[in-house]
Amino acid sequence: MAKNVAEMLPGETAVIAGFSDEQIGLKLLEMGLLPGTAIRFNFSAPFGDPVCVSVSDVDLSLRVEEAATISIIN
Amino acid sequence: MEAGKLKIALTGKPNAGKSSLFNHLTGLNQKIGNFPGVTVDKRIGYCQLDNNTQAEIIDLPGIYSLYPRTLDEKIVTEIFSDQQNNLYPDKVVLIADATNLKNCMLLLTQLIDLKIPTIVALNMMDLAAKSGLSIDVKKLSASLDMPVVMINARKGHGIFELKKVLAQPLAASRKSVFQIGDEIKKVIGVIREKFQLATDYEAYHFLQQTDNLIFLKPEQRNEIKVIAKEHSFFPHKYQGAETIMRYGFIQELLNTAIVKPSHRDWKRVSHGIDKVLTHKVGGYVIFFAVLFLIFQAIFAWAQIPMDFIDSSFARLSNVLAKELPEGPFFELLSQGIVPGIGGIVIFIPQIAILFAFIAILEESGYMARVVFLMDKIMRKFGLNGKSVVPLMSGWACAIPAIMATRTIDNWKERLITIFVTPFMSCSARLPVFTILVALIIPDIKLWGFFNYQGLVLMGLYLLGFLAAILSAWGMKFLIKTTERSFLIMELPTYRMPRWSNVGFTIIEKTKTFVFEAGRVILAISIILWVLASYGPIDEMNAAKQVVQAQAVQEHWSEGEIQNRVASYKLEHSYAGKLGKAIEPLIAPLGFDWKIGIALVTSFAAREVFVGTIATIYSIGSAEDQPTIKLRLRKEINPETGGPRYTPAVGMSLLIFYTFAMQCMSTLAIVKRETKGWKWPLIQLAYMTGLAYISAFIVFQIMS
Repeated sequence: MAKNVAEMLPGETAVIAGFSDEQIGLKLLEMGLLPGTAIRFNFSAPFGDPVCVSVSDVDLSLRVEEAATISIIN
Repeated sequence: MEAGKLKIALTGKPNAGKSSLFNHLTGLNQKIGNFPGVTVDKRIGYCQLDNNTQAEIIDLPGIYSLYPRTLDEKIVTEIFSDQQNNLYPDKVVLIADATNLKNCMLLLTQLIDLKIPTIVALNMMDLAAKSGLSIDVKKLSASLDMPVVMINARKGHGIFELKKVLAQPLAASRKSVFQIGDEIKKVIGVIREKFQLATDYEAYHFLQQTDNLIFLKPEQRNEIKVIAKEHSFFPHKYQGAETIMRYGFIQELLNTAIVKPSHRDWKRVSHGIDKVLTHKVGGYVIFFAVLFLIFQAIFAWAQIPMDFIDSSFARLSNVLAKELPEGPFFELLSQGIVPGIGGIVIFIPQIAILFAFIAILEESGYMARVVFLMDKIMRKFGLNGKSVVPLMSGWACAIPAIMATRTIDNWKERLITIFVTPFMSCSARLPVFTILVALIIPDIKLWGFFNYQGLVLMGLYLLGFLAAILSAWGMKFLIKTTERSFLIMELPTYRMPRWSNVGFTIIEKTKTFVFEAGRVILAISIILWVLASYGPIDEMNAAKQVVQAQAVQEHWSEGEIQNRVASYKLEHSYAGKLGKAIEPLIAPLGFDWKIGIALVTSFAAREVFVGTIATIYSIGSAEDQPTIKLRLRKEINPETGGPRYTPAVGMSLLIFYTFAMQCMSTLAIVKRETKGWKWPLIQLAYMTGLAYISAFIVFQIMS
């Protein structure tokens, strides 16, 4: 099964493969999270949610449920 | 278009430096209004571009693309896709963050397809240089077919060059980024023909987000939907492909224009700060320390100017009362209008200080981390991480706070935030609190360190916060929605706040308060004075005789008689009658008819309580007016012979004011933001009910 961003560990990097949710996917695309782009998992908030990721030099916060819709390859 | 009336819109993603640039271009020559129909702040300023050209600059809310997510963002889409709009610009300045060009370009490519003449202002060149990034600006400009100006919006560098370019005639870029697919060309043609649109892309947006374009009439929107269906055009089907196509163009553009990419290292400091500020324990400790500092500032620092304002207005009112000739108009001036204005001005120090802090936190990038830290907790209570800013602003004034909820994209979470924000103790409650706390709580220190009065005050703020959070939690179960909630948000790089931006925020928020809430307060002050000064004529005329008759028996002095007459008149004035009418209702809370008058008048705005009390007690005395505090302390309860403001009465009043929705301006804003009377009325009933029951319990237990 393909891994998703919510399963990444701090410091881990991967390449975005696709989105499992159309609505969230459209929003993420607009923020520059395109399939094929590198994504880095920076850290998560104290209760494990939301998480902070970096995509092309931008730091983004995502909720875990949103991060889980981004499938990755690494 | 005549020369000298150029309309220029500033746009770009959030945190790209839009407001800095706006402030540099317009200076203090700006005004804040609302976009028609909605309460989204519209900032317009004027700027002399060169000797013959004056420009009207419109600052638009920050957006990433023309597909809006929040109410703020919808405005931008509406303006850019409606050439009939009053605000439709002649030219657009797109502020791009040079350190993060990729994210700024999506909107730019959309503007290109709308054929709007655009100039790119490449901001944060200093940071770009620091990060080792090197951009070939000439190539960028040539590939985009539009002028690109390098600026440093924080320091004001490049503004002169930007103005010069803006004054020149400007044509739209001849590029075309989004190639509309063959299968939808036909339907686009139909829409374009029907609505006489200038570009295909505009027609495409008519089809894509019909319901977001409020300038279209409902029947027009229906027509579009019918046409879309006929041609089997399904909105959103093409959006993903469009975005990917745009990013393809952007990547190609950046490949040629970026000579040397940035090294990741330059954000090291920012990431280091994040390690501390979002730490599991430390993050919260720091956040609460920041909150504590803000409180300290509001109470300690604001007290000095507030005392000064309080005594100045009391003195002014005295001087006027003495110097002006007698007559109803002059009495209205010295006893109604002057104290009324004083009651507004006194809040300015606190509102200014609170918004200074909020502006600093926003400018530095810390506020986004607060949202990040609090999101999980806030969601448990039916709120959103973004609710933190409105709730904190609620400490100053619920009006700007409720307007700040527009950044929350989910309707349910936004509604709950609006509903509970008035529970946060606003600065209008503070004068009520301070006076009553000073009256009933002794000014001594616990362990020689904590001031009892301060502790009680903090307790009241905490109580308001708990009421907010628990009500939110309850509402979470009552409101049903299928709309999803998102928190896809950029965490900006930390940087020093720009102090002039902080200054502009302070001015803006203070103005909002003075003009939105202030006019209600002033109007109520005047009405109150009339009510307290006039009553049924025969009763008012009888005052002298009744008192005179008593005076003979009691051997009163001339001065005593005058006071008694005034007090008799107040009791029989319309205000007195109103207070007495509700006395049975509020007696279980420990309130008498004088407090009743204050409750009725402060229904419009809480702080009027203090003014009312001041007016009520000052009308009864001809001597020089001391400050309100002293007047209250002297008040005697005729039933017990002891002071009127006992601890039980004081606490009951404090609790009542903590919970009650005593602010007409807030109700008006809630009505506007929720588009109807339903929510403000539920809010009013709920808050007043909670206030009554709580005050009842407190008074019955304490007495």
